[in-house]
Amino acid sequence: MDYIYHLSRIMDAIAGWLNGFLPDWLDIIVLGLIGVVGVLAFVVPSLMVLIYIERKLIGRFQIRTGLMRVGPHGVLQPVADAIKVLTKESMTPDKADKTVFNLAPVIALAPALMVWAVLPFAKDLHFTDLNIGILYVVSISTLTIIGAFMAGWSSNNKFALLGAMRTVAQMVSYEVPLVLSLIGVVLVTGSLSLVSIVDRQTVPFLLLQPVGFLIYFISALAELNRAPMDLMEAESEIIAGYHTEYSGFKFAIYYLAEYTHALAMAAMVSSVFLGGWNLFGGWFSGSFIPQYIWFALKVYFIFAVLVWIRATVPRMRVDQLMGFAWKTLLPIALANVFLTGLGILVFPDNDLLLAVFGWLPIPVGLLWLRFKPGAVERGGREAVVRSEYQPTLAK
Amino acid sequence: MIGMPLKTEPFVVNFGPQHPSTHGVFRMQVTLDGETVIDIKPIVGYLHRSIEKLAEERTYTQCIPLTDRLDYLASMSNNLAYVLAVEKLAGISVPERAEHLRVIMVELQRIASHLAAVGFFLNDLGTMMTPLLYMYREREKILELFEMVCGQRLTYNYMRIGGVSQDIPDEFVPGLRKFLDEFPGFVDEYDTLLEKNEIVLSRTKGVGVLPAQLAINCGVTGPSLRASGVKWDLRKTDPYSIYDRFDFDVPTGTAGDCYDRYRVRVQEMRQSARIVGQALAALPRGEIRARLPRVIQAPPGEAYGHIEAPKGELGFYLVSDGGIAPYRFKIRAPSFINLTVLREISIGMKVADLIAIFGSLDVVMPEVDR
Repeated sequence: MDYIYHLSRIMDAIAGWLNGFLPDWLDIIVLGLIGVVGVLAFVVPSLMVLIYIERKLIGRFQIRTGLMRVGPHGVLQPVADAIKVLTKESMTPDKADKTVFNLAPVIALAPALMVWAVLPFAKDLHFTDLNIGILYVVSISTLTIIGAFMAGWSSNNKFALLGAMRTVAQMVSYEVPLVLSLIGVVLVTGSLSLVSIVDRQTVPFLLLQPVGFLIYFISALAELNRAPMDLMEAESEIIAGYHTEYSGFKFAIYYLAEYTHALAMAAMVSSVFLGGWNLFGGWFSGSFIPQYIWFALKVYFIFAVLVWIRATVPRMRVDQLMGFAWKTLLPIALANVFLTGLGILVFPDNDLLLAVFGWLPIPVGLLWLRFKPGAVERGGREAVVRSEYQPTLAK
Repeated sequence: MIGMPLKTEPFVVNFGPQHPSTHGVFRMQVTLDGETVIDIKPIVGYLHRSIEKLAEERTYTQCIPLTDRLDYLASMSNNLAYVLAVEKLAGISVPERAEHLRVIMVELQRIASHLAAVGFFLNDLGTMMTPLLYMYREREKILELFEMVCGQRLTYNYMRIGGVSQDIPDEFVPGLRKFLDEFPGFVDEYDTLLEKNEIVLSRTKGVGVLPAQLAINCGVTGPSLRASGVKWDLRKTDPYSIYDRFDFDVPTGTAGDCYDRYRVRVQEMRQSARIVGQALAALPRGEIRARLPRVIQAPPGEAYGHIEAPKGELGFYLVSDGGIAPYRFKIRAPSFINLTVLREISIGMKVADLIAIFGSLDVVMPEVDR
């Protein structure tokens, strides 16, 4: 019972046992592999859960029942889908750049899985406690762009190319507010390690850093290319974006990569802003429900919010999306960093007063939105944005 | 700019004939400079079924099912426009009850068609089917009413020359009353979700502006024309059937952008519900069809019957040589004529806007190609 409650003790026991007869170098490798299996044991079943949650919730939002056919209430539908998609013919376009085309899905999936190395699942239950954890997560998850761009470029398809073009522009832009929004948290904690960030949250950072949370959440939507920022695979415009030409197994890998990435982002949000495995301030950390269950529930909840947003709002346009990143999110994120830093300088040890500084960017941001250059009143009519375009056709 | 200038060139993309948002089989050969549209070549004809020629081989009554297959989201309106033309040609008068039934059906059809138009438009904006399915919840109720009346859900074949095919069943009136009671509340529900949505506003306001002058020059009719501020509605300007007896407003827009086209459609749904309510209250007893010979023969001559269909002015121009079939059968299809402005108002906009503009024009392909 104790072992189920504290999964980390199982790892300790295994480590102790292996230490007895294995040489040190082999010990590290075997333990690493066990760790990888452990992380995958959470991630892969979670993907099934996410796909089920998403389709069921979207069904309910759209006054449908959603999945109902395979298994009770359709719970086995993700399994059936997996079998279907894996047995389908996997086609490669004739004119595609074969190597790049085949390599791209792997490059998209790998970073999404690598992120999990530093995320703490429970107290002392994490693959590794990297002291630059946040930096690692941010930099690794950016690599997904390369996978998407490779796919778009190698497919030799115009829609895929448009999708890839949008991907690069959007993801690179939203990296900036995404990173800046995390700086507030890093300032409060004084550490880049995700493990210490979760340990530090006697109050969830959502209350100390509400603006950081909002900006991170919005940027994460853009990073994940989920609605309303799913421009790169905007179905009504460019079919399926960069993975238009993918089918069968390779498409399945893209699908998995997308959900793994979403899961990782949800895990980041719940670790950094919602207290991770701490149930709101650690009041119930001694409760009978294991910590990793709390963590998983928070992750699924965040994902459900993503689905909710996806089911509700239309898609933004490409120029509006860029404008939003650079003209709105970036100034507010900078203001947040400044005010949080000021708060820490003045009241280093008082969470309550820090929270006041954390909430300050909200009125500042609202004022900025109201008076920024070119601001229009809500519901007002903007001038006709129709560029005086004189096409110069290639000769 | 720094360093070496990059050589760029525009490239041509085919949107359609198979594309998620071409509402059928429409093909746009779009020249793009990055995300900006610099030229569009609309290509139609994939759905041509030669309806105008087929009609010349059929008797006047047998032509009615052909009209169902034009704008399949508004079959009732197509039926009405055609039978009006034949009645004008042959000089047939219609009983009062039939006139009222026709108005009820056609206005319900307008609501159903606008629901589909607004739903698909929002879908083109990228709302993941949600508003569309809410719209379809209401459309479903209308289709159920139609099913009660004529047993069909899409191609009704309900109007007849000189009346309608059958009287309404007993359960129709209570069902319609219930629908009319609930409907304004549902429209409010959509409005609260979408009308003040920041993304909807920014995606539709100022996008695809259709100036009134251009709209008139191109012969645009229907909600797309009224959104540009031209108060032109055949139900008011040339009242056919018994429209002069009802009290309703003609909603117009001011800017002629996608947002106004969307708003005009939503408001027209409310007005249509008003008309249906009035027609239902005034519904008299009596005959539902004029007494006519089995095979109708029109005297030699010509006639043009037109109505304000959900998409715009739908007209049927018939020429008779005195026989039992029309000598010439010409359809003025609003979708086709409204489509002609697409190129004018989309050049210089982004790809996403192009899709939104096309959705806001509310084009149904079978009517374009005929």
